[in-house]
Amino acid sequence: MTKYFIAKVGLVVWLTLVIVAGIAMPMVPAPSKWYELPIIPALEDKARIIFFHVPMSWTTLVAFVASMVYGIMYLKTKKLDYDLRSVSAAGLGTMFCILATVTGSIWAKFNWGSFWNWDPRETSIFVLLLIYGAYFALRSAIDVEEKRATLSAVYAIIAGVTAPFFIFVMPRIMTGLHPGAKGDESGSTPVAQLHMPPNMRVVFFASIIGFTILYFWMFNIKIRSARLETESQYAQE
Amino acid sequence: MKSLFIPSYFIFLKDSHSELRTRYALNALFMFVVTALSIILFSLGSESVSPDVLAGILWVIIFFSSMSGLSRTFVSEEERGTGLTLQLISAPTPIYVGKLFFNLVLTLSLNILISLLYILMINNFVVASADIFWTTIFLGSCAIASSSTILAAIIAKASTRGTLYPVISFPIMLPMLMTVIKATQLSLEGAFFSEALGQFQILISYTVVLVTVSVLLFEFVWKD
Repeated sequence: MTKYFIAKVGLVVWLTLVIVAGIAMPMVPAPSKWYELPIIPALEDKARIIFFHVPMSWTTLVAFVASMVYGIMYLKTKKLDYDLRSVSAAGLGTMFCILATVTGSIWAKFNWGSFWNWDPRETSIFVLLLIYGAYFALRSAIDVEEKRATLSAVYAIIAGVTAPFFIFVMPRIMTGLHPGAKGDESGSTPVAQLHMPPNMRVVFFASIIGFTILYFWMFNIKIRSARLETESQYAQE
Repeated sequence: MKSLFIPSYFIFLKDSHSELRTRYALNALFMFVVTALSIILFSLGSESVSPDVLAGILWVIIFFSSMSGLSRTFVSEEERGTGLTLQLISAPTPIYVGKLFFNLVLTLSLNILISLLYILMINNFVVASADIFWTTIFLGSCAIASSSTILAAIIAKASTRGTLYPVISFPIMLPMLMTVIKATQLSLEGAFFSEALGQFQILISYTVVLVTVSVLLFEFVWKD
């Protein structure tokens, strides 16, 4: 219990530091101290979204992959617990997906002029939302537990193999507004932000790590409550 | 190889025979296409619409007519209760391959019909590079058949089949739809064949990926 408690407090402290650093680190024209970030022309303080929006999208992807992997494990072992994990991961993924979409959309209004521009990456996050929606719609249409688990696992895997087409291929071969799109001078790399200054990079990766651990913590709570729910259902029957 | 293709061929024959006997899907699909086209003709009126929009509308018709027809292959087995017999007489993979080819033939003939009617009836839709256009129709049909067959197998086991099928298909088919619309626009602009090669590569890899995954996963969906 104590170990778990220390880990929880550690995560809270870690994320607080990341959020404070992300919001409060001053942006100056010529950074000389370790805590000063350079001003990026035309972005200025709006550049801070990178510390929150990108980790949210990253966590969406982690949840998506987790859901698919648990789907594969279910098909291999036929243990319903894996289906529970798969659907819990997908539920959290939906939440992070909505958060990433909303933060990105508000930011786009102030930087690119409208809430939605159909930039390739906006398209891909929209498709991820559709996939999650279809996944839950499919689950609600099947009554038998084992059948529901099998079919939704198969659907998660099919969605998982087509998703790379728009998560990784399309945002890079099409021109768009996000960094890393075709025609971006800094190059079409998976993480286009890698040319940022070292202190910004530390906060950025600390945020990604913090959000990933937060995801797994929430996943842990969700899976335990889901197990309790199914147990109480069996007890009532 | 022999044990895969001969049973697949018979499954294909069985499906074609039972389809030709009732012509349920064929008639319904033909009427669907005519209805959709006439709605578009009425709404366009005498306006001249840009070719880019027309290329999109063509694939909207193709998408929804595939959605209304392609789930038949598996849904009819469930409705007539013949799924169990099929499970007894054949291994899962030949059934999948047979149904895939049946769907491929159905989509391909349907899409050729839609394209011909579309070219004849819509004034602004002039195909400048026929090679790109018909290659797009062919590869697009392969991509639609490969993704819709496995999804039809999933949907046949669920309730509320009719509405759910387009819902679960759309996110899976979107990369392929965006690619074919782009390729159709290229064919209307009169681009050279080499300019559309990138789009064709995406379509081919999409088809290969989906057929591979479907062969691996079909057993789980099919067996009760």
